[in-house]
Amino acid sequence: MNLDLRIPMGLMFTLVGLILSVYGQATAGSPIYERSLGINANLDWGLVLLAFGGTMFILGRRGQKKAERTPVKPLPEGTVRRGH
Amino acid sequence: MLLYFVFVLGIGFALKRYMKTSKDFFQAGRALPAWICGLAFISANLGAQEVIGMGASGAKYGIATSHFYWIGAIPAMIFVGIFMMPFYYGSKARSVPEFLRLRFDEKTRALNACSFAVMTVFSSGISMYAMARLIQTLHVFDYLFISAGLPLGWIFHFSIVLSAIIVLGYIFLGGLTSAIYNEVLQFFLIIAGFLPLVIIGLKNVGGWSGLKASLPQAYTHSWQGMTHASTNPLGVEWFGLAMGLGFVLSFGYWCTDFLVIQTAMATDSEESARRVPLIAAIPKMFFPFLVILPGLLAIAATAPHATVTTKVDNGVITRTTENIPTEAESKGQGLVPAKTNPLTGKIMLDASGKPLLDYDLAIPSMLLHYFPTGILGLGLTALLASFMSGMAGNVTAFNTVWTYDLYQSYIKKGAPDTHYLAMGRWATVGGILLSMATAYAATGFNNIMDTLQLVFSFVNAPLFATFLLGMFWKRATGNGAFFGLVSGTVAAILHHGMTLPLEAHPGLHGGWIAILHHYPSDMAQNFWTAIWAFCTNFVVTILISLFGKPKPESELVGLVHSLTPKPEMGHLPWWRRPEALAVLLLVMVVTLNVIFR
Repeated sequence: MNLDLRIPMGLMFTLVGLILSVYGQATAGSPIYERSLGINANLDWGLVLLAFGGTMFILGRRGQKKAERTPVKPLPEGTVRRGH
Repeated sequence: MLLYFVFVLGIGFALKRYMKTSKDFFQAGRALPAWICGLAFISANLGAQEVIGMGASGAKYGIATSHFYWIGAIPAMIFVGIFMMPFYYGSKARSVPEFLRLRFDEKTRALNACSFAVMTVFSSGISMYAMARLIQTLHVFDYLFISAGLPLGWIFHFSIVLSAIIVLGYIFLGGLTSAIYNEVLQFFLIIAGFLPLVIIGLKNVGGWSGLKASLPQAYTHSWQGMTHASTNPLGVEWFGLAMGLGFVLSFGYWCTDFLVIQTAMATDSEESARRVPLIAAIPKMFFPFLVILPGLLAIAATAPHATVTTKVDNGVITRTTENIPTEAESKGQGLVPAKTNPLTGKIMLDASGKPLLDYDLAIPSMLLHYFPTGILGLGLTALLASFMSGMAGNVTAFNTVWTYDLYQSYIKKGAPDTHYLAMGRWATVGGILLSMATAYAATGFNNIMDTLQLVFSFVNAPLFATFLLGMFWKRATGNGAFFGLVSGTVAAILHHGMTLPLEAHPGLHGGWIAILHHYPSDMAQNFWTAIWAFCTNFVVTILISLFGKPKPESELVGLVHSLTPKPEMGHLPWWRRPEALAVLLLVMVVTLNVIFR
């Protein structure tokens, strides 16, 4: 498998986090936050998702680079191969 | 609201982006890491029933709903990982029905494959229907439709077609790999959408202690009053709970349903396959906090009420009233609105004249209540993601079973592999079209969902006995398995027909043959139906097997416990073996049960 899921996933959450936190920053102090008890849920959660997405992305990149460096090992004899 | 569409589009693009790179349809096997499959393992089960249903039960029964996780899932997941996975993975079977053919015979497999294929299509159709209904109820697309000048009645069709196209798109292109990747993505999306909801909701009611104080005691204790059916909200005594839910139903689901097993069979080695359900059990254990707690919070939160602002302006007093709750909202409890009749729009009342609560709306109304624009989009997307991930799992399970177990075995044998690959793709299209047909059928017949679920429970209830005997008793024969399964289903039907939950009318709830016994709740009836079906299957399989000739032992290597070499784990340090993880999980689940007793 040459696609590490962590890369697209990291990208998506980074993007979502970015949009949320920018939107949250822009609407800071707006009455829409009365619903969430005065917490700027967009900004706060946006930053959390940003951090999560970024970490995933970096881990994914690192994993992929490592996989590129190590040559693919041939499967040992007798390994169960699924017949797809 | 506008931002919400940005989210949907953003996610659409994110999916599309990596669909291109997804590998071959049938190559998901032997290449995926265990953690991805582990998350997909629980995500495949995270359908409509899970998120909406568990939130609803949380609002209705309280924390006792967590039994569905801590009793009704974790032990079975440990069992399948430790004891059963070596047979599934090691037997070279490509699907669960195929395992049945290897272990027993052709007819047992045909029976299982047919009933399974039908069930997956119907369940994904039901998921689709529930999603479209929810989108309608929450007015998610109303703004878009009004601005485009389209009639609002089309929203239902739009939602069905949209979800069908998205799910079809990524499965058609990437097969099981793509479905598994999406399931993991949806898993994180669901957490991202619901975790802030739980945090804000808990803060609102004053933390866990505040929640405890504002709810009746039975709501926050899962084991209280379990000695007798009449003293707890579920209406089940501990034996029915442990045996019916904890053993028969949950083992029957987690250990035999190809919907979840397929994700474990996609890993790169038997060792990883064994670890998949165990990894899945860790987040599963904490899911009650994500899906049940919002239900409790919805009940505990203060109901929406009209806010009256009084202004004195140059001696003129003006009063403006805002946020006038609808009739359904003001008759409800907490944030859970009362149930309205979809035809008349009137509030539905129960026998004693109290308004019935629409518990299914517990989580959606929590989202609408606490989330401001922006994160609301994320929350709603998470909700939709949960529906789609359930659908996708059903569809991939369907196309595999259809292609391998029905098409390849009975319709066209010995075709080149490319032919089956194409068949798999078209089976996906067919499966989704059938799901859409089911979704529309559900709009026409009010009770179709309940009826279907009832029928599934008859078919599923006895299954585990067949697998248990098949894997651990080398004497069990094909005839025994087949007739055991059939008689187990018959026993389930008979039991259902002859018992009735209290305060229910004979018919769909049971008692349509004769009423011999009353159960305190439909849940108790359900559990006991399963127990009867399991026992009947168990006994009948043994009896018939004893009269038949067993398969020669040489054919059963890798399929039966006593004839299979133990999985080689010697190269791993003890703490990395699946058994160590299993023990840790058991300790954790017992601790959770003790904390929330």
